[in-house]
Amino acid sequence: MPIIADHLTYVYGAKTSLQTTAIDDISVKIDDGQFIGLIGHTGSGKTTFLQLISGLVKPTGGTVYINGEDIFAKDFDLHSIRGKVGIVFQYPEHQLFEETVFKDVCFGPKNMGCDQKETELRAYEALKLVGLEDEVFYQSPFDLSGGQKRRVAIAGVLSMKPQVLILDEPTAGLDPAGRKEILGLIEKLCREQGMTIILVSHSMDDVAEYVDRILVMNDGKLEIDATPREVFKHQQELEGFGLSLPQVTKAMISIKESGIPVKTDAITVEEAVNEILRVLY
Amino acid sequence: MLKDVTLGQYYQADSVIHRLDPRVKLVGTLAYMISLFVFNNIFCYAVAIVLLAVVIALSKVPVGYMLKGMRAVLFIMVFTVVFNVFFTSGTNLVEFWIFHISKEGVRMAIFMVIRLTLLIISASIMTLTTTPNRLTDGLEKIFRPLKIFKLPVHEIAMMMSIALRFIPILMEEADKIMKAQTARGAKFDSKKFTERAKSLIPLIVPLFISAFRRASDLALAMEARGYHGGDGRTKLYPLKYASRDIISYLILILYIAIIVFLGIMSVRIISHLTPDNSYLSFFF
Repeated sequence: MPIIADHLTYVYGAKTSLQTTAIDDISVKIDDGQFIGLIGHTGSGKTTFLQLISGLVKPTGGTVYINGEDIFAKDFDLHSIRGKVGIVFQYPEHQLFEETVFKDVCFGPKNMGCDQKETELRAYEALKLVGLEDEVFYQSPFDLSGGQKRRVAIAGVLSMKPQVLILDEPTAGLDPAGRKEILGLIEKLCREQGMTIILVSHSMDDVAEYVDRILVMNDGKLEIDATPREVFKHQQELEGFGLSLPQVTKAMISIKESGIPVKTDAITVEEAVNEILRVLY
Repeated sequence: MLKDVTLGQYYQADSVIHRLDPRVKLVGTLAYMISLFVFNNIFCYAVAIVLLAVVIALSKVPVGYMLKGMRAVLFIMVFTVVFNVFFTSGTNLVEFWIFHISKEGVRMAIFMVIRLTLLIISASIMTLTTTPNRLTDGLEKIFRPLKIFKLPVHEIAMMMSIALRFIPILMEEADKIMKAQTARGAKFDSKKFTERAKSLIPLIVPLFISAFRRASDLALAMEARGYHGGDGRTKLYPLKYASRDIISYLILILYIAIIVFLGIMSVRIISHLTPDNSYLSFFF
């Protein structure tokens, strides 16, 4: 289910003094099975972009094609892509509302028209997938810890078996262990189930470690579209956008500046270790 | 649709009216509104319209923007007109079947429309040119004397400003939750009423929870910063009357004097101007 954004533009508060262009003529193609990282400074238009490509907001100009179909065409039923394009918003635990965890996760499949058996099966699978134990299934979601709530909310989206999963900062406010778990889960979904993943993150380290391709947004424009290694070569450009390099890359640059001739294109800890060992021996 | 209601919103601009002390605007608006219901002849209305027009011009708020707020009350307006035209008894102008339109009815309807229009515009001028915070500041200061009767004026004002501050936050939150639930396949535009009511549960429950969470966070944050109610609390920008405020009060007094004068004089002027049954008498 490839997604194509075609000259996508979105303007807030048109014709008033507060008119701002949140998305400025973005064209991009997202292929099946890719793990994409979307990075950008706060207010660069990331969230708006996500809402546009999942059909939640109508663009001011341009359009989005999902599976070759124009989703903003007049006769297109937007409800048909719900479930196929799953979106996990920032702080998704704020959308929980049912009495029990299990019922909440059932909400999506039920809306898609699955029968009861199918709904419950999907809910069970999704909850297992995010690593929740049976004993929390019939608790109130509001009694859980922050990390558990987050996983319930993600399960609520996964239970619809989306082909494209969009996550807006899924690790915000989690501890390091919680971050690793969530990111590990997302990677598994991409590599094992072939889900297309679009991950918004502020952490360059996370993005560098997991994704295949990075989209860099600044001021509503898509500035860079390349592999992590490519992207992190543009240090000055990134800093101009208010972004930084992964910690490891920064460390490698400092090592080089101190006179040790290492290459500075390492973006994960493992690569850095190998590079340092190569130079030392 | 919610965006169309300009009543109660603030319009950012730099004008004399914006800079006026909120107390002047509150007192002025109230006096103006009362005046609309007291007088009953066309000269007074003319004066009132001129005054409002001058204030609008000074406020730098686009007239179109202000009139947009009128759309929300159009229904009430039509309702008033219909009722006044058909259900006021008096000399009949037109008559058909069970309906009869009286001269008094038409007259009442016209006056009612003018009255309501002026009422709404004057109220929206006040809210368009005053931030909610300034408004509650003004209210607090005006009602301070009621403290003698153990009325917690400061607390009420604080509650009001918090409530006002939270409206946009909760609207944004509602929008976010709505999008999240839509992405999970929820339908908020169902035609059937029962389905529609049911579909609101996934919106309202998280909204309430977040409102409670925010309220308790805010209470904690306020306490942590030493808030303990109004006693001994000073203001960063205390309200002080400037010369423009004094001038505004003088204009207001002048306005009241003029309409009182016109009210007394009108009886004489009218009898002087219009012999009975002339078409002019329709308006008086």
